[in-house]
Amino acid sequence: MGSKKSLSLKPLKRIAMGPIVSIYEGIQSAIKSLLAALLSGVEVSGRVDNYLEFLAKFGDRLVDGAFITLEQALLAIIVAVIMATIFGVGRVSTSLLIRSISTTYIEFFRGTSLIVQLFWIFYVLPFFGVVLDPYPAGFIAVGLNLGAYGAEVVRGAIQAVPRGQYEAAYALNMSARLRMRRIIFPQAVVIMLPAWGNLLIELLKGTALVGLISVTDLMFQSRQIYSLSYAAIETFGTILIIYYLIARLLITPSMRALETRLSRNLKRS
Amino acid sequence: MEDMSQYPLELNGDDVPMVRFMNVSKRYGDLTVLDALNLDIQQSEMVTVIGPSGSGKTTVLRMLMTLEKINEGVIYVDGKPLTHMEKNGVLVPASDSYIRSVKGDIGMCFQHFNLFPHMTALQNCIEAPIHVLKMNKKEAIERAEDMLEMVGLADKKDQHPIRLSGGQQQRVAIARALCMRPKVMLLDEVTSALDPEVIGEVTNVIKKLVAEHNLTMLMVTHQMGFARDISDRVCFFFDGKIEEQGTPTALFDNPQRERTQQFLSAVKSAD
Repeated sequence: MGSKKSLSLKPLKRIAMGPIVSIYEGIQSAIKSLLAALLSGVEVSGRVDNYLEFLAKFGDRLVDGAFITLEQALLAIIVAVIMATIFGVGRVSTSLLIRSISTTYIEFFRGTSLIVQLFWIFYVLPFFGVVLDPYPAGFIAVGLNLGAYGAEVVRGAIQAVPRGQYEAAYALNMSARLRMRRIIFPQAVVIMLPAWGNLLIELLKGTALVGLISVTDLMFQSRQIYSLSYAAIETFGTILIIYYLIARLLITPSMRALETRLSRNLKRS
Repeated sequence: MEDMSQYPLELNGDDVPMVRFMNVSKRYGDLTVLDALNLDIQQSEMVTVIGPSGSGKTTVLRMLMTLEKINEGVIYVDGKPLTHMEKNGVLVPASDSYIRSVKGDIGMCFQHFNLFPHMTALQNCIEAPIHVLKMNKKEAIERAEDMLEMVGLADKKDQHPIRLSGGQQQRVAIARALCMRPKVMLLDEVTSALDPEVIGEVTNVIKKLVAEHNLTMLMVTHQMGFARDISDRVCFFFDGKIEEQGTPTALFDNPQRERTQQFLSAVKSAD
């Protein structure tokens, strides 16, 4: 298959985001230390007799997995938002070509399953000379998939902006591009936020599949823990709660805050 | 196909009207909304269009703003064709970029104001001057502040539309349109969506505009008293045609056509 170039984000991450990365890693190790401190009295024997022992033994792995899941979700969100914006706007373009390309993207990624797309990107693309590490392949697949759903949300929101806004911008002699960029899209963003809240939770859960191409996310770690401990309830019960907490404590409140902030001047208080 | 050679490529001479509708028809399928309309509006003239709903009066304004495509005829603005452009010596339907180059002379205010809700009053007013006319920001702000002052809203410039009353929003919309320095101003039922007690503040601004600015205006309204006060000419539309037109005094006090009489007496009894 000739020479392959493998894409890894690690070096990029270190150079461009040095300070952010160290804060992030700080948080991660703080959580581990906290966990260790809480469980300091717990004896860990060969087998796992209770939940505290389970946590003392596998807590670090769960924390590592949770953070990989978070990273994958965050990067996938970036991909999804970019794709959704491009193709959602493309869906309402006056150019038939752009509309067709957008429709094709949306139909393809909505119409086939995420796990198949993931395997295509990871196992099939190398045959076409595109080789991705599991890590970028994971979030790119999830991002492309959810981006297709997002594109329809973006289109719907653009079309939900009252027609009078278009007419007023047109009457001020704004070009089509300017109307979209300055008048229609900013208002569409406010309309589309609640639907994005749903999509982002869906996306987080979608990242559980990246473990299948050996990204060491929460799902991957839990399967390893299970095969070492056979503690099914503890393992899968814990990750269930972790997934829920990420959605409930990170995604939902962030979206709420964003909604409040963006609609601040649009609603009477 | 319509014979386009009957339409001049541009209007020349001493008395070129600011706006000319020449033979303009508008149809939606089988329904004819406007039937071969001919209407000239002179520089600085204030023309009011009245008529029952469905008579095509709002369509006249929307066609002039090119929000509606016309099926036949040509509209000229300041001597230049608006809906068409010259190609090989005849007029062909205008491209979007050509239309943009001509319709910059036209401003419009709407029944429902249509202010941009995510921008303050001032931002509404400077948006197009900065991004369309490429004015520098400082100049655009000065002009916008002048216009907001003119409509009596200098103190509301940093408010978002949601914090303004309907009358205030409509005045901002008028200021916003004026910031583009149009030659022709279109007012489409600008008081129809307002509470009765704030109509006066908007009509006063329009009166001031007529008195102080050299604007050509075309207005659709249901307020007959207001139309009589400020118009140079009133056109009564009925069934896609100008049924009757004349000075306000002539049309309101001495209407000649039966339909005009019926319409005016119906409006009067409703008041």
